[in-house]
Amino acid sequence: MLWWERVTGKMETRQKILLLDDDQDLLDTYGEILGQLASQPEVHKCNAGARALAMLESEPFHLLICDLKMPKMDGLQVLSAVRRQHPHLRTVVLTSLVDEQFRSRVYALGVDLFWQKPGTEQEIKQFLECIESLLGREGSGGFRGVQSKSLVDIIQLECISHSSSVLRITNGLYTGKIWINEGELIDAETEGAEAEAAFHKILSWKAGNFETLPADRDRPRRILQSYNALLLETAQAQDEALQENAAWAASTNPNLSPQLAPLARYDGVEFIVAAQNSGRDKFESHGIEAAEKVADWTRKSLARFRPFADHLQAGPLELIEAINHDRRIAIAEQGDNEFCVGWRRSVTAENLGPRMKKLLALWAS
Amino acid sequence: MGLLSFFSKPSPATLLRLPSGSFTMDRDGHIVVSTLPSSFPKAVLNDMGRSVIETFTEARKAGLYLEKLVLQFGSLKVSARELSGGAIVFFSPITPITINAKN
Repeated sequence: MLWWERVTGKMETRQKILLLDDDQDLLDTYGEILGQLASQPEVHKCNAGARALAMLESEPFHLLICDLKMPKMDGLQVLSAVRRQHPHLRTVVLTSLVDEQFRSRVYALGVDLFWQKPGTEQEIKQFLECIESLLGREGSGGFRGVQSKSLVDIIQLECISHSSSVLRITNGLYTGKIWINEGELIDAETEGAEAEAAFHKILSWKAGNFETLPADRDRPRRILQSYNALLLETAQAQDEALQENAAWAASTNPNLSPQLAPLARYDGVEFIVAAQNSGRDKFESHGIEAAEKVADWTRKSLARFRPFADHLQAGPLELIEAINHDRRIAIAEQGDNEFCVGWRRSVTAENLGPRMKKLLALWAS
Repeated sequence: MGLLSFFSKPSPATLLRLPSGSFTMDRDGHIVVSTLPSSFPKAVLNDMGRSVIETFTEARKAGLYLEKLVLQFGSLKVSARELSGGAIVFFSPITPITINAKN
């Protein structure tokens, strides 16, 4: 059973906080402060990083509150291990350090909140409100629950119930909005597209996050079709796009899968190699000779540098960029695949990261 | 709230800062010169330098003749330039200030 399932399976029980600080006096004081929380969570205390990791391993917690400066195993080391072993656990850093570098590193490690140790009643009140809010999010499970539904499900639900809302959808670096007024789809917008075209584009994203914003009743109507007709049209458009990609792949590179074809056709891409990280010899490519060697180099490079993220507590390895006379090369991973993409030299260093993220979001879709 | 002065504690523990600076490694894997703080673990520098040189070497074998390599971690950028079989490696911590300066 997964950690998250173990926790959510006990929703009726009190939430559990693990408080980690090497100073026993501070542990007692924070324990008392957290005792003021309205939700009355169980607060467990621990004064060493290794012991905290063992406690997290042995029983489920909802929240870890962690100091940074500790002997033997410091807070960055603890958080780095926690992110790897318990990716769903919410984490808060509580420190007396005022340093932008540590703040950045902490957030790069995926921590939810960075708090300077509160020194006034007002700060304690704000701290408690933030903790309560984090526990509330954890308890309701809201966003995660919604994520288990598809975007089509959500749109149909909104339309059938004659709701008025704005859905904001995020897929990697892409953001889109869909306006619904009294159960009618009235508009959509995303990068480079609007109305029906934007709606088709947004619905082609198979994964991402979305949130419901308040209705915008003044929004002019630019989509005139009913939601049913539009959903049908979108499904047809997706089928056609898939067929078009398959036809393009068949005419240019018969070994290329329809999934990789849109990435190979992406603006600025000269070559692409997609290597499965589970199978040593499993890869596909477009636009490059000696693809097998490049796939091998890609795997080895990621494997070689990934451990430095832990050694340095510098956050995950997001991208490797390599430059030669002809092009820029970017290496990154997405799900079970490791990608090496050759970009035209005209793609600037500043644009490379965002473009790569968009490309990988396209793959995830 | 003088009571709350307990929030600051004297602690012997120190946190390792991400280094800012550079070092040069020759083709035999020896660090020739470094501007990085001496407190930063030399083993990590050695590992990083050797990994960079291996990556340049293996890229050449794969037909990719690289001049420069940039590793983007969440809060650290490591850049490396090929240097006659060795490499010069730069460490630049990423903070909101460096991001703003870049923009």
